[in-house]
Formats: sequence, structure tokens, C-alpha cells
Amino acid sequence: MRLTQGTFSFLPDLTDDQIRRQVQYCIDNGWAVNIEFTDDPHPRNTYWEMWGLPMFDVRDAAGVMMELTECRKVHSGKYVRISAFDSTHGWESLRISFIVNRPENEPGFMLERQEIDGRQIRYTTRAYATDRPAGSRYD
Amino acid sequence: MADHTDTPGAQAPGTAASAGHGPIDLRAEFRDSGISRVLEELDEELLGLRPVKQRIREIAALLLVEKLRRTRGLAAEPPTLHMSFTGNPGTGKTTVAMRMASILHSLGFVRKGHLVSVTRDDLVGQYIGHTAPKTKEVLKKAMGGVLFIDEAYYLYRPENERDYGQEAIEILLQVMENQREDLVVILAGYADRMDRFFTTNPGFRSRVAHHIDFPDYSDEELLQIGEIMLKKQNYRLTDEARAALARYIPARRGQSHFANARSIRNALDRARLRQANRLFEQSDRPVSDADLVEIHAPDILASRVFDQAREADGEVDHG
Repeated sequence: MRLTQGTFSFLPDLTDDQIRRQVQYCIDNGWAVNIEFTDDPHPRNTYWEMWGLPMFDVRDAAGVMMELTECRKVHSGKYVRISAFDSTHGWESLRISFIVNRPENEPGFMLERQEIDGRQIRYTTRAYATDRPAGSRYD
Repeated sequence: MADHTDTPGAQAPGTAASAGHGPIDLRAEFRDSGISRVLEELDEELLGLRPVKQRIREIAALLLVEKLRRTRGLAAEPPTLHMSFTGNPGTGKTTVAMRMASILHSLGFVRKGHLVSVTRDDLVGQYIGHTAPKTKEVLKKAMGGVLFIDEAYYLYRPENERDYGQEAIEILLQVMENQREDLVVILAGYADRMDRFFTTNPGFRSRVAHHIDFPDYSDEELLQIGEIMLKKQNYRLTDEARAALARYIPARRGQSHFANARSIRNALDRARLRQANRLFEQSDRPVSDADLVEIHAPDILASRVFDQAREADGEVDHG
């Protein structure tokens, strides 16, 4: 099941040139671009790990693409996303976030039903990938 | 925010080749590109340096033609634009590098046209594994612009084989080769040491296309530079002071650590200090506007440089 999170997630995967132009758009708006990665695709997992520091003082997308290439080399089998933080007063939050790398096989999510209190049911989703320990989930 | 799948038409070879075959008006292209303005600024702001300006003109012409070739679908790959600036301190290497960045930008050979100026400290780390991230950080910042490495030969320390500079050099070389369209590197330093640096690092020599040598300024040029500096700060030399400065320059040149325009700037800073003190001490009468603006001969003649010059002369006489 193809993971759809963040901007552009219902489009085909962006090419590197498209990513570069999106990143340049973020930089031109004065946002700090971040590269994050994870192997826990649950939608409520907001704490992805950061690849390096936020890139506050990069003027051109080529610098970000250099880091992205590095990150993909190391974390090729994981989800990698690019996010951009707007530090303007009143915003002070992420303005955009999109997936730029995904594992080859995405096993998807399991819907678990938990029966409680007689006939009531609680639903929860769980990624099949997280059955295995972190680090060997998409091998 | 939609994704852009189209590339600019000029870069697609198919459309470019068919986009008009009429003769090109090179002069008009030159005017429109905005380089002429940058070159004029260079002429106005920097005195002398005739060979440097000549080379920059040549490079600008090459870049303009290269750009035109690109619009006609003729250029094969981006030209190598890395440069080396050699010359004594204070000959305007950094200033010219800044101009170079805007020339490259106005011709579209770098995308942003900013200048990141670094030295060994900014590139080389202090412990194992520190250098690569540090160098990459600098490269990231410089992407789309010009990376200016001052005193580049300090990167390579032959006396210490475990020096981390070598690592920075390797990363630099890799980026200089593979990301030529993203970044232009300018190496700068004293001529003789740069020569030695290039012989010990043949990788750099072959990747640097343009070597520009910055000559020392003549005494007359330095005098004019001094006057321009003062004018910018709203000061003026009296005629005697001008004569004193004209005598000061050759005397200063004869001494150690002479740094061309920078020495003049320092000398003038000290003259301003003395002028301020002089105004303070003559507190018997009110200070006029002219007093605030004018630098008098004693402000310059009080310099130690003259004493030392006299001493040196004295020794010669006795010896």
C-alpha cells in the first residue's frame, strides 16, 4: 500500500528536478528546509529523525539536494521527507512536507479491532512494517 | 505549488536548435546582459589593475558567447569556471571576487550570485570525522554562488601527513568536478605559495581554468585610492597632507608587512585618530565644519613609518 502523507502524496513520486524546484520555492520563501527519515510509517508518528540540522542559511536548492543524495545513500530503504519551517512571527510552524524517498515494498497497515465493554469495538491501525525491530523493517 | 514538469525552453536542445538562425547582435546582447554595468562599476571602483580587468573582460566575453551558443543548442557541457586569484595582500582579490560573482550571475552561470568567503578554519575540522561535515556545510551554503577560499595553500600542510586539510581538498575537488553548474570556486593567495600549492595538488591545477594575477599598486594609484577612501568617509586631505601621504606611501612600502590598499586604509584610520585628538586638544576655539572634514599634514607626518624610514636612512649614511 502506497503511503500518502504530506503534500503531493497523491501524485506520482516527484522526480529529482521537481524536488529541486519545490525546495527552491521553499528557500525563496525564506523557510528553513529539513530532511527527515523514518522506518515507522504510522500517520501519527510525527517524530521522524532529522538528517543533520535544519538548513537555515542555504541559498540554493543544490545544497539541499546534495544532503538528500547523501541521506538516500544511507537510508535508501526508508521513508525520507523534506519539510520546510517558516519562522515568521505568527506562523512558526511547518509550511510544507513531502515524501521524497520510500522503500521498495510498502506492506501497508493492519486494522485491529479490539472488543471492549460488551459489544463496543475500538479500532486501531498498525503498520505491518513495525512487526519487525527498527532498522530491519524494509530489508 | 503545482509541480513543474516543463523545463525552460532554452535548455531543450530540440526547441533551441530551431529557435531562429538569424545573425546575433553581439553588442545588443552585451548591453542586455547587464555585464557592461558590472564592468563599468569595476572600472569606477577599482583603480589600476589593468591586467585583471582585461582578463575579466575576456572571461565575460567567453561567457557571453557560451551563453549564446547554449541558446542555439551548440554548447556541449557547462564550461569550467573555477579560478585562482594570485597577488599580494590588499590588491583587491576579494573585491574582484565579489564582482565576479555578479558577472557570473548576470550571465546565468551561477543561479544566486552570492559570495561565500572562507579560509582554512572554516573548512578543516579539529578531530577525525569533523572535516567532512564542516566542508560540506560550507559547500552547501555556497551552492548557487561563488566559494572564495582565501589563502587556499593553507589547506595543504605537507609537513603533517595526518593533517585533515587533505580530506577537505578531496571533497572540494569532487564537488568542483561533479557540480560545475552549481558552484564556482575561486582560490586566492600569494603567487609563489599558490604555485607551490598547485604543483603539490595537480588535481586543483587541472580543474582551475582561469589564473588571474593581481599586480601591486603603484604609489600614485595608492594615493588616489587613499583619497577615494577618505572621500567615502567624508574626509578631505589638505594639499600639505596630500604631499605627506605621497611621501608616506613609498616609505611604508619599504617596510615589512606592506599590504597595498589595506595598509593605506590602516594609515588613514590612524590619521583620523590623530585628527580627532588634535581637535580635542585645541579646545580654545570652537570646531568648524572644515575642521571636522580636513586631515592636516601633521596627522600623517606623526606616523612611526617616517621615524623608521629616517632611522634606516641614518644607518645607511653611517654605514
